[in-house]
Amino acid sequence: MNVFDIIGPVMIGPSSSHTAGAVRIGRIAGALLDGKPVSAHILLHGSFAKTYRGHGTDKALVAGIMGMSPSDPRIRDSLALAKERNLSVVFEKGEIEGAHPNTAVITLTDGQGHTATLQGASVGGGNIVISEINGMKVDVTGQQTTLLILHRDVPGVIAHVTNYIASQGVNIGNFKLTRGHKGETALMTIEVDGEFSRESNAGIEKLPDVLRSTMLRPD
Amino acid sequence: MGIYYSVEDLVGAAARENKKISEIVLEDQARELEKPEPELYRTMLESFRVMQQSVEDGIDPDMRSVSGLSGGGAYKMKQAVDKGRTLCGKVFGTALVRALAVSESNACMGKIVAAPTAGSCGIIPAALLTVMEDRELPERDVVMALFTASAFGMVIANNASISGAQGGCQAECGAASAMAAAALTELAGGTPQMAGHACAIAMKNILGLVCDPVAGLVEIPCIKRNAMGVANAFVGAELALAGIQSAIPADEVIVAMKRIGDAMPRSLKETSEGGLAATPTGKRLKKEIFGDS
Repeated sequence: MNVFDIIGPVMIGPSSSHTAGAVRIGRIAGALLDGKPVSAHILLHGSFAKTYRGHGTDKALVAGIMGMSPSDPRIRDSLALAKERNLSVVFEKGEIEGAHPNTAVITLTDGQGHTATLQGASVGGGNIVISEINGMKVDVTGQQTTLLILHRDVPGVIAHVTNYIASQGVNIGNFKLTRGHKGETALMTIEVDGEFSRESNAGIEKLPDVLRSTMLRPD
Repeated sequence: MGIYYSVEDLVGAAARENKKISEIVLEDQARELEKPEPELYRTMLESFRVMQQSVEDGIDPDMRSVSGLSGGGAYKMKQAVDKGRTLCGKVFGTALVRALAVSESNACMGKIVAAPTAGSCGIIPAALLTVMEDRELPERDVVMALFTASAFGMVIANNASISGAQGGCQAECGAASAMAAAALTELAGGTPQMAGHACAIAMKNILGLVCDPVAGLVEIPCIKRNAMGVANAFVGAELALAGIQSAIPADEVIVAMKRIGDAMPRSLKETSEGGLAATPTGKRLKKEIFGDS
């Protein structure tokens, strides 16, 4: 914790958990998709489902999907902006067993039919936890620069990736591996200290058996 | 230090080095975050600018929240101040205008600084901007006072809570009020010890305050409680500056706040199941906004 966690963040109101946190969840969903999303399905659970209109949670999630930060004044008009950008959005209220009261499940589809899905919760003060990405369990807060690396579940990939990150002079602060089924695809979640460049991230994607690397930066 | 766990340590460190609390905090945070002091000052200055703008934004007479429950209050209060119709004079009236303005701006999806939360965002800007203007203080002093406010907020967050869902409104508007009281005391030339007493007095006055937002929205009673919070911050600072001490030390008051929060039923901690949210009018408003869903 530092002074700017107490005086801050700069954000669009009215609620750090229902608005600022919702933007952050949306942002990560948007970053997961290669192309521009053409449709978004958003399932709202708990308090998100009950109060989303009054808190502008709907606008905040869509603003985040379009890449806005929690302090972007355009959040207020994000639903209209989405329409202009031909992004169709459907909200659905539902129950997710055992989920945090402020939870959303976002599924995005781009023009080529590729999809990305995440489940995220806004846990207070604008802080979030993404618990599932494309069906795989994760634990992403987005507070630090985070790499989400989808790869084939074969020997040596983790060594290649971590050696490469070391070669860029960057320290790994946290590492987590998730896999669906043995030998199919797996996901490395790596938090790094300090800065990591776009070029370095593109370099990861050229490593053998890496399918995709998504870099999330704190807003 | 890095992270602050006690008002006593904070006040003691400043008194020992014969510095303001804000100076100690800025030096310490620069070490902790491994960034130069001017960079941290600039970041705080940017937040201060947002606070100033949110005051301007919130005085718009036509601004309304998404729910339709709020907006326009700061404008009415400003008219009363401008026409000299207030009971307590211009400085106090202006502080109320600003607390309402920032808080209404928040309700209407305006840009604000969470201080320490969005629900309590009006208190610190209203207190500091009003004294800055009245005493014609340099901007630097006020931006530095935000470091003081933050440090007290950090002690509260570490020992109790700054979340309404966890500790009730005493943890949000109460924390903001206590932080503002300490910062006001420093701004007005009080000693670090006085700032500690101001924090304690303001927090004592607000113990037990429940979090009961109507329809779950950050509007009723949050906006008016921001006005109350700035009034209470002035009470804490004014008493401390007069040399009045809190009989119970700030650190013990903060622990008491935590225990009260823990003892509070869930219905009074941001669930909208009790308090004002559960009144006939509170329930009717909820139904009008959300239907039966």
